[in-house]
Amino acid sequence: MGKTIAEKIFDAHLREQVSAENMVLDLDVILCHEITTPIAIMDLVEKGMDKVFDPTKIKAVIDHVTPAKDSKTAMQGKIMREWARRHKIKDFFDIGANGVCHALFPEKGFIRPGYTVIMGDSHTCTHGAFGAFAAGIGTTDLEVGIYKGVCSFRAPKTIKIEVEGELGRRVAAKDVILSIIKQLTVNGATDRVIEFSGPTVDKMNMAERMTLCNMAVEAGGTCGICQPDRTTAEYLWPFIQGDYATIDAAVEDFKRWCSDADAEYAKVIKINVADLTPMVTHGYKPDQVKTVTEMAGTKVDQIYIGSCTNGRIEDLRAAAEILKGKKIAEGVRAIVTPATPLTYSMALKEGLIAIFMDAGFCVLNPTCGACLGMSAGVLAEDEVCASTTNRNFNGRMGKGGMVHLMSPWTAAATAVKGVITDPREI
Amino acid sequence: MRQFGGPAILLDRNDINTDEIIPAKYLTEITKIALRPHLLEDLLVDGKAFDHESEAMKKAKVVVARENFGCGSSREHAVWAFEVNDKDVIVASSFARIFRQNMFNCGILAVELKPEEIDQLFAMKGDMTISINLEKNLLLAETAGEKKEFSFEMNSFDRELVGAGGWLAYADSKY
Repeated sequence: MGKTIAEKIFDAHLREQVSAENMVLDLDVILCHEITTPIAIMDLVEKGMDKVFDPTKIKAVIDHVTPAKDSKTAMQGKIMREWARRHKIKDFFDIGANGVCHALFPEKGFIRPGYTVIMGDSHTCTHGAFGAFAAGIGTTDLEVGIYKGVCSFRAPKTIKIEVEGELGRRVAAKDVILSIIKQLTVNGATDRVIEFSGPTVDKMNMAERMTLCNMAVEAGGTCGICQPDRTTAEYLWPFIQGDYATIDAAVEDFKRWCSDADAEYAKVIKINVADLTPMVTHGYKPDQVKTVTEMAGTKVDQIYIGSCTNGRIEDLRAAAEILKGKKIAEGVRAIVTPATPLTYSMALKEGLIAIFMDAGFCVLNPTCGACLGMSAGVLAEDEVCASTTNRNFNGRMGKGGMVHLMSPWTAAATAVKGVITDPREI
Repeated sequence: MRQFGGPAILLDRNDINTDEIIPAKYLTEITKIALRPHLLEDLLVDGKAFDHESEAMKKAKVVVARENFGCGSSREHAVWAFEVNDKDVIVASSFARIFRQNMFNCGILAVELKPEEIDQLFAMKGDMTISINLEKNLLLAETAGEKKEFSFEMNSFDRELVGAGGWLAYADSKY
């Protein structure tokens, strides 16, 4: 019997089989941010365990609230800085160099096919786009990861989603994943890895694959995962050219991290996206998804373009394509936050920032900010936000607020009209 | 092994998420105890705000809900918010993976019963006390007029974590 990508990664990293279903794995990368790490650091210090198993395998960033908004967030940053300095963690990204973790770390080439990755953040599943096993974990798991370089997981059962069909004009990877979550429901993939495959995924660029994998957790999934291929190798080439003679050689090597044809899956779901139209959430659960047509005309107060789901340069280009030469509607406010400094500077060079500003957008520095209602764009009671983020829970962007999740194209169209709008009509 | 159980509070909801358990605005706290007043502050039950400061809530040591408990964020703050309020058993028909692991990593219990057994708990009338027998994997629910017993499954590794007092202590002694 063949194996899935996740099973191959588990086999290669097995430290100990601790029960019939639990395995302790060796970790390749431990990612850290300032919301869940400081409390882990303080606990380790208090317990006399203030060590890091390997500083080269720890990557840290301040991204959720940056620059600090108050004394408490300033203290979280301070604890991170001092810890990174104390343990000689070279890859620490502070103000000026920082960006949204799940956009920044891939951009730095830290995630490779076959890796095991953890972070105290549920959207860590994003990194599976590189053919890695990447899972969100809590603070205790993070402490053990930092201190011992291991983490425990249940044996990975995989749901395979085979996507075929060519996406229509202004139908995005975001629309694909929203339609998949609608079908799976919010706990349809609990304790499962979601493997995204098929010709449509093969054709997607890394940004689109990251958008798919990013939302695996919204269906309960442990990790989203894609087969590493030429697209992966080309994205990673600046970082791996010392390891391989040619891109072809890297592609060939990555094949050991692809699922076997006879691998066993918990479930296989085939979808055809040729007739898919733009999608949007309603309500407080990410599986409450309707077509934009059904929701068209819904009034919004704020538009938010950014986040680890859709804050990359490809997303900004998509939004700018619609906003070029237009203004946001009267009575709405709009925010764009490029996910990383590189994204920001590319957007500047390409003239996208000018397009956003001319349209009436507020341009923020890279941060998670409003996505989880921590800063920089929190909603007031009864306000409605059209957002390219990943989670629409009650109170997520501010107590009493409503969040409608959508693609950057749909968010930009909605900004122009002031109501939820089909981007194909602009 | 530690004893678990006490007065129970029943929350008739599926998909109680981490943002409802502890809103993100409190994630700037760097001590667990600071989370204490905010447990379930944003919870809606039947579309209405839940009284998270009621007497029943204060007394409860066990929380019962329906499926997919703890979905959403990875924040262990959600588990700590229960822990610092002396609630160290959650009973549900299913849990989100990270939340369940965080519970056992802290050495406290996420107990899964079948959906029809959860229905039976919700059907019992009056104040409820739940006790957990970890040796026999039994959950005993008692009200003034009724007594019901259910067996549950517990993975041997999760049991070891509870015995060790959590994953950090376990991993420190072993790796």
